[in-house]
Amino acid sequence: MSSPPLNAATVPDSVWNGGVSPYAILPKKLGMWLFIVSDAITFSSLIVAYSYVRVASQNWPRPFQLWPSIANAAVMTVVLLTSSITVVMAVRAAKIGQRGVAAGWLLATMLGGIVFDVLHIHEWLGLIGDGVRLFRNPWGVPMFGASFFALTGLHMLHVTIGVFYLGVIAWGFHRARFTSDDVEISGLYWHFVDLVWMFLFPLVYLLSAKVS
Amino acid sequence: MHATTTALHAHPEPKRGFLIVWGWLLALTGFEVVLAYQHLALKVMLLMLMAISVVKAALIIAYFMHLIYERKSLVLTLMPAMVFVIAMLFVVFPDSVRLLNMRPH
Repeated sequence: MSSPPLNAATVPDSVWNGGVSPYAILPKKLGMWLFIVSDAITFSSLIVAYSYVRVASQNWPRPFQLWPSIANAAVMTVVLLTSSITVVMAVRAAKIGQRGVAAGWLLATMLGGIVFDVLHIHEWLGLIGDGVRLFRNPWGVPMFGASFFALTGLHMLHVTIGVFYLGVIAWGFHRARFTSDDVEISGLYWHFVDLVWMFLFPLVYLLSAKVS
Repeated sequence: MHATTTALHAHPEPKRGFLIVWGWLLALTGFEVVLAYQHLALKVMLLMLMAISVVKAALIIAYFMHLIYERKSLVLTLMPAMVFVIAMLFVVFPDSVRLLNMRPH
């Protein structure tokens, strides 16, 4: 006796059945998730490279004093975490159709990103003033500068791009050119930038803190 | 899909849950800074800091990035593959210890 042919009526209900929208999200949201996964792997490979040269080097420098470097980086972390909650509020307002409120929260998020960048550039200038360059520094471990500037520079680039991205979305959503889904997708990007910093802060700063 | 979006429009998530997650993230950050100034072995410090960072990342992904509310199929498509690729990056890592041991002391 032959079994009945498989079709929508005979296949048991499963999340893997596919259909027109197997993940129940918009294609552009899936696109952002796939970008985030690939970008997470990019940052991870840089972090692994940093860890590799750090383990392979003798006397890796620990130049970051509690004041100003660690305090500055801690404030940057608080600013970025706070900008994540403002983008959550923007998405929430967008979902209930409050266009002006959502745009306001997005502007607050952009302000957080700008403050983060300013504090970070201040930190960079301090290190450059101390003589840290890409492949030389006063502590004689050449790869310190390369790994520090590469990791934090790529992250700062992401924050800067995010500020512009959120600006475009805030402008477009306020003028009803974008939907709440676009606000949500830009929020995903911003949270990811925040998430990456949750690893860079302990790895780059806290593990290089000067402890007396 | 549109039905799901409409449902979200009608019932926005309460702010309180997000604020609690934010509070936890700030508290964990403060704990990390305090931990960094304890006299612990580097390996122990690294392990503890990374464990806290993974918890913070999980909170951000689950609640802020909403993954806890998405279909399980999306989570199972994205996360295991990403974790596997990141884990594979560490295949070459023991070589760094070899390099360190080869240096003249």
